[in-house]
Amino acid sequence: MNPTPEDPVPTAPPAQVKRPRLHLSLVWLVPLIAAVVGLSLLVNAWLSVGPTIEISFESATGLEAGKTPVKYKDVVIGSVKSIALQRDLSRVNVTVELRKDAARFAREGSRFWVVRPRIGAGGISGIDTVLSGAYIGVDSEAQGDDQYEFQGLETPPSVIKGTPGKSFELHADDLGSLDIGSPVLFRRIQVGQVTGYKLDSDGQGVTLQIFVFAPNDAFVTTDSRFWNASGVDVSIGAEGLQVDSQSLATVVSGGIAFATPEDSAETAKPAPADSRFSLASSQKQALAKPDGAPRLLRMRFDQTMRGLTENAPVEFFGINIGHVRSVRLEYDAPRHRFPVVVDAVIYPDRLEGISEKRGPNDKDDTPTFLVPLVAKGLRAQARTGNLLTGQLYIAIDFIPNAPPVAFNPAARPLTMPTVRSSLEDLQQQVASIVTKVEKIPFDDIGRNANASIVELNKTLKNVNEGVLPEFRTTLQGTQQTLDNANRMLSENGHLQQDLGQTLDALQRSAWSLRQLTELLGRHPESLLRGRGAGSAQPAPAPVIPPMAPPAQQEKAR
Amino acid sequence: MSRAPTARQAGVIACHGCGLVCARPADHDMGKVVCPRCGSVLAGLHEGALGRASALLLAALILYFPANLMPVMRTTQLGDVVDRTIMEGVLDFWANGEIGIALIIFVASIAVPCTKFIALGTLFWSSFRKSAQGMRERAGLYRIVELVGYWSMLDVLVVAIVCALVQFHALSAAEPRPGILYFGVVVILTMLSAMQFDPRLIWEGKEKDESDT
Repeated sequence: MNPTPEDPVPTAPPAQVKRPRLHLSLVWLVPLIAAVVGLSLLVNAWLSVGPTIEISFESATGLEAGKTPVKYKDVVIGSVKSIALQRDLSRVNVTVELRKDAARFAREGSRFWVVRPRIGAGGISGIDTVLSGAYIGVDSEAQGDDQYEFQGLETPPSVIKGTPGKSFELHADDLGSLDIGSPVLFRRIQVGQVTGYKLDSDGQGVTLQIFVFAPNDAFVTTDSRFWNASGVDVSIGAEGLQVDSQSLATVVSGGIAFATPEDSAETAKPAPADSRFSLASSQKQALAKPDGAPRLLRMRFDQTMRGLTENAPVEFFGINIGHVRSVRLEYDAPRHRFPVVVDAVIYPDRLEGISEKRGPNDKDDTPTFLVPLVAKGLRAQARTGNLLTGQLYIAIDFIPNAPPVAFNPAARPLTMPTVRSSLEDLQQQVASIVTKVEKIPFDDIGRNANASIVELNKTLKNVNEGVLPEFRTTLQGTQQTLDNANRMLSENGHLQQDLGQTLDALQRSAWSLRQLTELLGRHPESLLRGRGAGSAQPAPAPVIPPMAPPAQQEKAR
Repeated sequence: MSRAPTARQAGVIACHGCGLVCARPADHDMGKVVCPRCGSVLAGLHEGALGRASALLLAALILYFPANLMPVMRTTQLGDVVDRTIMEGVLDFWANGEIGIALIIFVASIAVPCTKFIALGTLFWSSFRKSAQGMRERAGLYRIVELVGYWSMLDVLVVAIVCALVQFHALSAAEPRPGILYFGVVVILTMLSAMQFDPRLIWEGKEKDESDT
């Protein structure tokens, strides 16, 4: 079985041996390179790991450990490593591993918030996170001490730090319908946002932070006026119904508008950042001239002040110079009366120009210039502003024939003499008229009138039944008589002819009588002697009266 | 039991390339032994072969860590960007109820490479020690390693195919991450390592054992 070893050996040529140039095989470079690569990856991973920070949130809605990224300006700068509840279960601690190059975010002043889809009145935000899932947003001031524990914001800040622009502070009486993110409008263009608000420490007002983006922040000047542009401003005035609003968005969600009054627009300089302004409740109020120092004015009225409310206007010749601050009742013991004491705040500066000309008598703040005016009849009077609602306002006016009163310009508060309101007088007059009217015995008058009417009725009945038929027959008789007369008087009637002849005869008689008269005038003796020689000549032809018809004249001859 | 003499005992060696039987050189410790006719390396004789195989295996082992720790694929689904390592992918499939796919990937990408490391490591170590124990089983192990080696690329293929097919931009997209590169290199290195190893080395221990007795 054993083959002879010599058998194959002679035929087998010796195998060649190639000696390597290097003692160590090159193949060992492969694990070396692998090790270098692995090490470099390790070092790279170790180097790229930045600080680990902890952020606490109200809830971890939308956050996922190991997945949720942390983004700054949409660049991933880290990711959530783990999410754990705090020991007292009140909040959630989110552990975030930042990248090495984002270590600057682990500093004081950094703000973290969760970006998730939000729908508010001001719009929809974070819509991209509907599909990609929530992420943690961050902004930082990039200065400050290192900090590794943060309290996350529950709502995203409306303005990210580092955005060009300026922030300002507004002081308002209340917040109104404003909220974080409400627009700030300039000429109805949105130029900024409300970024925050807080109650004043004394609880007397609200301070709002707004941010106006560059370059429009230059329009906020030291003289700019801000007002709450929320909702719709409806006013009824002499011009009719006016509806004013800034934009539809502000109607729904509120907003702030600002403007610089035109008369100061040229001199005003851009306001420095963090300037404080006050927030007026309406555009009218905001753009009104500054009121200056208020003065207290006291008035005592001996009449009811029903309808006079606080903030009712005080007008001087129709110009609003102030408003009523309080209305209260006093008891005047010696006179046994209840005067109504009205305290009003007036702003003398509203009478711009006039207050400057009133004279140099204001040295000790005593309005002595009022003394002659009061002597001339300057009085306060409560007048009806609205006949429907009975609202009163205070008018300061010259009242003719006002009884003179004592006036002390140095009294504090300054007490303005008053007169009863014109409407009050009118009311009294009307009342006296009404009492007089009431005295008239309408009942008796009514009864008498009724009896008279019954009598009249009877009389009429008699007239209808008895008088009228007789009257009718009388009329018929009259008609006949008239007919007869007519017939008699007609042209060819015998009466006419007789009348003509009678007239002729009468004319002739008259002529004869005249001849006789003339004869007697010339020859009065003829009455005794008859016709003499002197009277032989014939008498002149008689003047025939023109009315006599010629035919009859001929006939008469 | 009488045995047929081995080529080694006969002092000859056959070339794999051309079948030429040539005389075994006496001292081949430091050199590469090639066939005088065709120039092919006469594997097995070269003592450095075991070292080379070990070096490649070591390199593969080193790179196996980044391959498993780094994400192999990034999938973007409707803006939801997820980077997954091999193991995370397996767990994901498992969690989503795709147990079959999870098992396949697990076997192909984790179980097989790990067994390969262990198997090759065992083979190399025992060959280095010229151990005489379980030589037949070790030979079988070697055959399994060789057979299975090709399938180790399954994960690389999965990533390549998925990344090529799933490109719907915003809706859904997949792209390879560096981990898969290391994984591919690991597979290649283990294959090379297995190729470097001459199974005849397994039997050297037996020959030594026999020659000793």
